[in-house]
Amino acid sequence: MKILVPVKRVIDYNVKVRVKADGTGVDLANVKMSMNPFDEIAVEEAMRLKEGGKATEVVAVSCGVTACQETLRTAMAIGADRSILVESDVELQPLAVAKLLAAVAKKEAPQLIILGKQAIDDDSNQTGQMLAALLGWSQATFASKVVIGEGKATVTREIDGGLETLEITLPAIVTTDLRLNEPRYATLPNIMKAKKKPLEVVKPADLGVDVAPRLSTVSVAEPPKRSAGIRVADVAALVDKLKNEAKVIA
Amino acid sequence: MSLLVIAEHDNASLKAATLNAVAAAAKIGGDIHVLVAGSGCGAVAEQAAKVAGVAKVRVADAAHYGDQTAENLAALIVANAAGYSHILAPATSIGKNTLPRVAALLDVAQISEIISVVDADTFVRPIYAGNAMATVKSADAVKVITVRTTGFDAVAATGGNAAVEPLSAGSDLGQAKLVSRELTKSARPELGAAKIIVSGGRGMGSGENYHKVLEPLADKLGAAMGASRAAVDAGFVPNDYQVGQTGKIVAPQLYIAIGISGAIQHLAGMKDSKVIVAINKDPDAPIFQVADYGLVADLFTTVPELVAAL
Ligand SMILES: Cc1cc2nc3c(=O)[nH]c(=O)nc-3n(C[C@H](O)[C@H](O)[C@H](O)COP(=O)(O)OP(=O)(O)OC[C@H]3O[C@@H](n4cnc5c(N)ncnc54)[C@H](O)[C@@H]3O)c2cc1C
Ligand SMILES: Cc1cc2nc3c(=O)[nH]c(=O)nc-3n(C[C@H](O)[C@H](O)[C@H](O)COP(=O)(O)OP(=O)(O)OC[C@H]3O[C@@H](n4cnc5c(N)ncnc54)[C@H](O)[C@@H]3O)c2cc1C
Repeated sequence: MKILVPVKRVIDYNVKVRVKADGTGVDLANVKMSMNPFDEIAVEEAMRLKEGGKATEVVAVSCGVTACQETLRTAMAIGADRSILVESDVELQPLAVAKLLAAVAKKEAPQLIILGKQAIDDDSNQTGQMLAALLGWSQATFASKVVIGEGKATVTREIDGGLETLEITLPAIVTTDLRLNEPRYATLPNIMKAKKKPLEVVKPADLGVDVAPRLSTVSVAEPPKRSAGIRVADVAALVDKLKNEAKVIA
Repeated sequence: MSLLVIAEHDNASLKAATLNAVAAAAKIGGDIHVLVAGSGCGAVAEQAAKVAGVAKVRVADAAHYGDQTAENLAALIVANAAGYSHILAPATSIGKNTLPRVAALLDVAQISEIISVVDADTFVRPIYAGNAMATVKSADAVKVITVRTTGFDAVAATGGNAAVEPLSAGSDLGQAKLVSRELTKSARPELGAAKIIVSGGRGMGSGENYHKVLEPLADKLGAAMGASRAAVDAGFVPNDYQVGQTGKIVAPQLYIAIGISGAIQHLAGMKDSKVIVAINKDPDAPIFQVADYGLVADLFTTVPELVAAL
C-alpha cells in the first residue's frame, strides 16, 4: 500500500505574527518557516505504518513556492521515500490545493492519504475533507488513532463530546489531530540521505488544474487588543473585584 | 434569497450552537431554512421550527443519517442545495467535518469560522490563531460557511413557527460506519455554552490534583471545566477539555486560568472571554498580559482559599 502525505510550509509556530501596516496581510519577510506541525504528525504516522509492515511507500507532496522543497526534504529526512512539489507562486486556497492533490492521487493511486487537520497559518481545516469529496473517498478527520485492516481502516477521532471510532473503507483520507503520535526528530544522517532522495517538480497546468483563488482578501487587521488588567494582592481582593467591579459572580 | 442552516443535534435535541449559526444567517439576511438530518429526529425538527427567525425546517429522517457521518450528510446537503445563496453550519466537529466536503462537491470555496458578516459576500475570519483578522470576499455563487459560535449571539430558541417539510433521503453510501463513541459524561455545563469556565494547565501537576483542586471551585461557581493542551497531553483530562487554537474556542463571562502559562495557541481559544482571571506563581507568565485580574501565587494554597471565600 502506498501512502501520500501532503505537507505545507507555514510560519513556524513559535513566531509571533505581525499584521502589515498597510493591512494587506501578515509580514512573512525573514520569518522562520517550518512544516505545519500537524503534517509532521502525518508523516510520522505514515512512517509508523510503513515500519509496521502496513505500507510499502510514503510519498510527500507540497503545493506552493519553490521554497516548499525544504519542507519536502524535511519530510524525506523523517523517512518519506520520495516527494513531489506542485510549484506555483499563486496564492493557493484549500479548494485549489485539494484539486492539485486529487490530480496527484489519481496518478499515484495511494490507498491512504494522511493530511494535517488544519494548517496553523490559515486555520482553514478544509483541505482533507475537500480532497475526500473530490475523489469520492471516505474520510476520518481529527484522528487520534489509526489501525489499518483488510480494505478498511479503523480510526478514533477527537470530537466535541469526547472520542468516536469509525470504520472506513479504503482508499481513504485521514487528517491528524495532535495526539495521534509524537513525531520523531530527523537525525543528521537522515537529513543527509534526504538530499539524495527523488524530488519531482510539476506545475498546476501539467495536472490540468485551475488554481485561481475564489476568495479575495479585502484586508487583514490586528485583532482588538486586550489591555492587561491589574494584579490583585490576595484572594480577598480578587473576590471583591469579581463581585463588585466586574460583577461576574454573585 | 434563501439560506440553509445545518442543524447540530443528537437526534433527541437541537444543540445551542445551531442558534448561533441562525444568528449569522440572520445577519446576512433572507429566508432562513434549517436542515435537520438524523434518525428518529422528529423532536429536533419541532424544536428547530420554534427557533426565532426560521422560515422552514426540512427534515431527512433515515437510519444512515443517525451518526452524522460526513459522506452521507454532505451528499444529502448537496442534493438539496439548489436555490440557496448561503449554506451555513456551526464550526463544531460535525460542521467542520462535513461542510468542506459540501463546498468541494459544489466546486466553491468554504469560508471557515466567520466571526462577523460585512455583507452577503464578505466576512471576517481569524487567521494565525486569532493573531490577525482577515476580511475575505467570496466570488462564488454559493457561499459555504462555518460559523464560530462565539462570534454571534444566539437567536431565541422559541418564538418562531416554521413549516416542517420532509425530504426524501439519499442512498446510504456505506463508506463509514460508527463503531463506538465515548462521550465524556458530566453534569457540568458544556464548555461552549458555559458562563464561567475554570481551566487548569500543566501547573496542576497530575490528573488527581486537577480534579481535587479544581472541582470544588467549579462546583461553587457552577462552571464548566477546561484545560490547556499540556494538561490534556499529560493525561490529566480527556481531549474534549482542550481550549485553544486546535481545541475549543470559548468566550464565557468569566475564564479562570490556573497553572496555565498563556501560550499563543491557548490564548487563541479564550481571549475573547469577558473577564479573565489568572492564577500563576510565575509573575512573568504571558497569561498576565491578557488577564483582567492576575494573582501571583501558588495554586495549591490559593484555589482552596478562593473556594472558601466564595
Ligand atoms: C503567497 C501566498 C500568499 C497567501 N496570502 C494569503 C492571505 O493574505 N490571506 C489568506 O487568507 N490566505 C493566504 N494564502 C493562502 C493560505 O495561506 C493557505 O495556503 C490556504 O488558504 C490553505 O488553507 P490551510 O492551509 O489553512 O488549509 P487547511 O485545510 O487548514 O490545511 C490542512 C492540511 O492540508 C494540507 N495542505 C494545505 N495546504 C497545502 C499545500 N499548499 N501543500 C500541501 N499540503 C497542503 C496539509 O496537510 C495541511 O495540514 C496565501 C498563500 C500563498 C502561497
Ligand atoms: C500546533 C500546536 C497547536 C496547539 N494547540 C493548543 C491548544 O489548542 N490549546 C493549548 O492550550 N495549547 C496548544 N498548544 C500548546 C501550547 O503551545 C502550550 O504548550 C500549552 O498551552 C502549554 O500549556 P500550559 O500553559 O498548561 O503549560 P506550561 O506552559 O508548562 O505552563 C504551566 C504554568 O503553570 C504555572 N505553575 C506551575 N506550578 C504552579 C503552582 N503550583 N501554582 C501556580 N502556578 C503554577 C507555571 O508558572 C506555568 O506558567 C499547541 C501547540 C502547537 C505546536
